[in-house]
Amino acid sequence: MKAENSARIQFDSLSVNEGFARGAVAAFLARYDPTVPQLADIKTAVSEAVTNCIVHAYPDRVGPITMTVAVYPGRLVRITVTDKGVGIPDVRRAMEPLYTTGDPEERSGLGFAVMQSFMDGVRVASRPARGTRVTLTKRLAAKEDT
Amino acid sequence: MANVSFSAAGDTLYAYLAGEIDHDAAQSLRLALDDALASRSPRTLVLDFGGVGFMDSSGVGLILGRQRRAQALGGGIRVQHAPRQLRRVLDLARIPYGSEEGGTNP
Repeated sequence: MKAENSARIQFDSLSVNEGFARGAVAAFLARYDPTVPQLADIKTAVSEAVTNCIVHAYPDRVGPITMTVAVYPGRLVRITVTDKGVGIPDVRRAMEPLYTTGDPEERSGLGFAVMQSFMDGVRVASRPARGTRVTLTKRLAAKEDT
Repeated sequence: MANVSFSAAGDTLYAYLAGEIDHDAAQSLRLALDDALASRSPRTLVLDFGGVGFMDSSGVGLILGRQRRAQALGGGIRVQHAPRQLRRVLDLARIPYGSEEGGTNP
């Protein structure tokens, strides 16, 4: 299926870019008039995916994060967040709620649980030492006729 | 970007959080909150999210971390005035937040 519209952004894995990333997605989707809760869901999921790259994919260095956002017919939104970092050795385990390899005092381990709860679909493809791609999908509610 | 301001009433310390709480903002909030916990040792630390427009799971880590710290000092925490978007995140973490809604989010 061909996207009606798409954008691709690359940025550094700096924590200041978490706000940039979710803001960029929100700005791109603004013309599709998502509901406020749906936009909040998408922003939250993007924030989780990008934070994972910053905290886990590049633990000791700054690396590139590539984010794409596309809208397909039927108001289907597809977002990918891709890094070239350390990769996830066991994706299924990483997606378990409360599992974290981060500082257990400060990281809740809920990143993937939030993505799964707030989006219609979450797919994770990862190869150790090569990187990770998270694909988030959500169908926007039909526009109300005015 | 987020910030926090404090007010005290008896042995309760109120922390009014504002802005967007993500992994980036959580780092400075954590320092400010831990500083206040250590210097004032309140019986209850109330985290007021009324001014928070966005929060992801980094905020959950921030809350649970402060809860552990407050309990270690013989106190506890309470969450109040969470806007609707935050409630969905708090629900996932099973963090209670009282009934009063905060913020301007519909």
